[in-house]
Amino acid sequence: MSKFALVTKGFVKDNPTFSLMLGMCPTLATTTSAINGMSMGLATAFVLILSNMAISAIARFVPDKVRIPSYIVVIATFVTLLQFLMQAYVPDIYETLGLFIPLIVVNCIVLGRAEAFANKNSVLDSALDGLGIGLGFTLSLTAIGIVREILGAGSIFGCKFVPGDGVLVFVLAPGAFMVLAYLLVIFRKYIAKNE
Amino acid sequence: MVICLGAITLVCSALLACVYSVTQEPIAAASEARTQKAIAEVTPPFDSLEDACTSDGTPYIIAKDKDGNAVAYVLNASSVGFGGKLSLMVGFKPDGTIVKTSVLSHSETPGLGAKCTDPAFSGQFDGFDTNTGVLSVRKDGGDVDAITASTITSRAYCKALQNATDAYRAIAASLVVEEPQDSLAVEISEESIEIKEGKDNE
Repeated sequence: MSKFALVTKGFVKDNPTFSLMLGMCPTLATTTSAINGMSMGLATAFVLILSNMAISAIARFVPDKVRIPSYIVVIATFVTLLQFLMQAYVPDIYETLGLFIPLIVVNCIVLGRAEAFANKNSVLDSALDGLGIGLGFTLSLTAIGIVREILGAGSIFGCKFVPGDGVLVFVLAPGAFMVLAYLLVIFRKYIAKNE
Repeated sequence: MVICLGAITLVCSALLACVYSVTQEPIAAASEARTQKAIAEVTPPFDSLEDACTSDGTPYIIAKDKDGNAVAYVLNASSVGFGGKLSLMVGFKPDGTIVKTSVLSHSETPGLGAKCTDPAFSGQFDGFDTNTGVLSVRKDGGDVDAITASTITSRAYCKALQNATDAYRAIAASLVVEEPQDSLAVEISEESIEIKEGKDNE
């Protein structure tokens, strides 16, 4: 697989949200607005790239028995690191995402990529895979966030274009499921047409 | 196996320690900047700030104008919201009306309880007279419009403000009592001096 394809496969073919259906918890919970979805996606991408690289580098030395604990330690380290950095340099976004930043540790995309890709590929390939999957996740979350924000709050990225409150249900949890389902239908339809 | 896992955790903790020591200062600076911004937000224009403490140890800040008169009292208030601790900063005018409130930190649900930072909700406390208004949501018979679908957060916000108001009243009461007490003490000591002098004369 070419280096370029390694990155782009995360956008459509291996899209974590719409194709692999991984990481549903942050997908449903943080996409209340476009900016929240995007920040969450980028935070996950950051962890994903670094943990993929680290894991592909150490995979050869880690005995099979302690494979999962080792990966979790590595992932948790990068998440905590991200937490420190966000707290220091982007405190506002850190405040908004709150609990969901530490929860990246248990995001199945991160461990999933470590298991499925990083531990049997080179460091560079793993970094590109992390970048692709991370950006794919970011795009999906931003898309869901945009739709929910338009319907639920009448704004895009915080810019209000319709006065009033919007349909509140789309900002609430049920709206997350509905928007995800409809976007999934559109996405799968598009895939089926192109195959 | 043990050595491997041990080595990984060792490297990881070393890395974390490094990043922690590097980011510690910016984190503190960011939180300090936020506190300063919050103080400026909840007070009318002031000239100087003075740290103070109530008799039971609650810290507060007095904002003074250039003549040294207090224009506002700033208090920290907190309560437990839906997602965790909700921490506010409140400025009181000396007459007991709230100047403004500002959220320092919260863990409320994004898009729901997190709307407590919106002026649409927090704006209703600007100029709120704690002497006549009731700090609880309308559902509970108060004068505050709750955030739609976030009654728990709204209640927590009101509770924090009520706590702050109680603390402020205690401060205000102690200020009122203190002044006459001081002058009284001076009078008494003067009298006792006179008596002593009288005795000496005898």
